[in-house]
Amino acid sequence: MGNEQKENSNKYSIIIPTYNERLNIALLVYLIFKHLPNVNFEIIVVDDGSPDGTQDIVKQLQSVYGEDRIPLRARPTKLGLGTAYIHGLKHASGNFVVIMDADLSHHPKYLPNFIKKQMETGADIVTGTRYVKGGGVHGWNLMRKLTSRGANVLAQTLLWPGVSDLTGSFRLYRKSVLEDVIGSCVSKGYVFQMEMIVRTTRKGYNIAEVPITFVDRVYGSSKLGGSEIVEYLKGLIYLLLTT
Amino acid sequence: MKHILKILALLVAISACWIGLLQVSVIPESYTWLLPLYFIVSLGCYGILMVGVGLMQFPTCPQEALLLHQDILEAKDFLKNKGVDVGSN
Repeated sequence: MGNEQKENSNKYSIIIPTYNERLNIALLVYLIFKHLPNVNFEIIVVDDGSPDGTQDIVKQLQSVYGEDRIPLRARPTKLGLGTAYIHGLKHASGNFVVIMDADLSHHPKYLPNFIKKQMETGADIVTGTRYVKGGGVHGWNLMRKLTSRGANVLAQTLLWPGVSDLTGSFRLYRKSVLEDVIGSCVSKGYVFQMEMIVRTTRKGYNIAEVPITFVDRVYGSSKLGGSEIVEYLKGLIYLLLTT
Repeated sequence: MKHILKILALLVAISACWIGLLQVSVIPESYTWLLPLYFIVSLGCYGILMVGVGLMQFPTCPQEALLLHQDILEAKDFLKNKGVDVGSN
C-alpha cells in the first residue's frame, strides 16, 4: 500500500451473515475499518434474529462508525446462508461484494489484497485460498487435514473447478456476477460455496486467487462426522451432473 | 457444455483407443484386456499420492493465532473506550 495506489472509485459491500456473534461482530467491524482506511465500503450485517443480542451490538457500532457504514439488515429467524447473501445483496449499494465469516476465521487484513488483486487482473471474482504457499490453516488436527485434502483431491479430479480452495467462503465478487450466479445455486452449507465457485467457472468468469490464513475458531468441535462426509459426496455428485 | 459431458467424451475417447488396441493386437490380447484395470488402479494410486503429498505440504500458520489474539485485545480496548459492550458471548 503506498504512493502508487491507484484511484479506487469502487464501492465494496461486505456482507456478513451472523448468528450469535455478539462479540465477534464488534471485533470484526473494528478490524475491517482498521485495514481499509481509504476505501469506500459498507458492512451489511444480516443477522438471523440472534438471541444473544448481536443486533444491539451492531446498533452500538453504528453510533461509533455511522449507520450508513454498517447497515443492519436483519431477518426474524435462522434462514440459512444462501438466502442471507441474497438478502444482503438486495441492499448492497456497492459495485463489488465481499463475503466473509463473522467468527474472525477470515481476517480483514487480507481485504486490501483482494482489492489489489482484482484491480490488477480485472477479475470478476477473487477467492481466498488456504491451500497455497502464503496461505494456511491453524487449529486443524491431522484427521481434519486428511479429510480436507482428500475432499479437495476428489473434487479437483471430478469437477476441474479452476480454483485450489473450493469450500472457502472468503471471496470478492463483482456484484453483477454474484447476482447472476446466486440465483441458480440451491445447495446448503459449504456445498453452497462449492456450487457458487463451480458455476462461476462454468460460466467462464475470470477468477483470481489470493492466499489467506484461516484460524479455526470452533475450538475442539470436529465439523466432519460421517454425515458431513455423505453430504459432501452427495454434493459432489450433484455438481458433477448439473454444472 | 455440461461438465459431465466433457468427462463422458473423454471416457469414450479412451475406450475407443482401448478397443482399437484390442483389434490391432500390437500388444498381446490378454494384456490389453487388463489395461482398464491398470488405468483405474493407477488413477487411484495417483489420487492417494496427491493426498499424501498435499498432507505433507499442508500450509499451517501457528503464528496467526497469536496475531489474532493481539488484534482481539487491540479491538476490545478501542471499542470499550467508545462505549461498545465487548463482554463475551
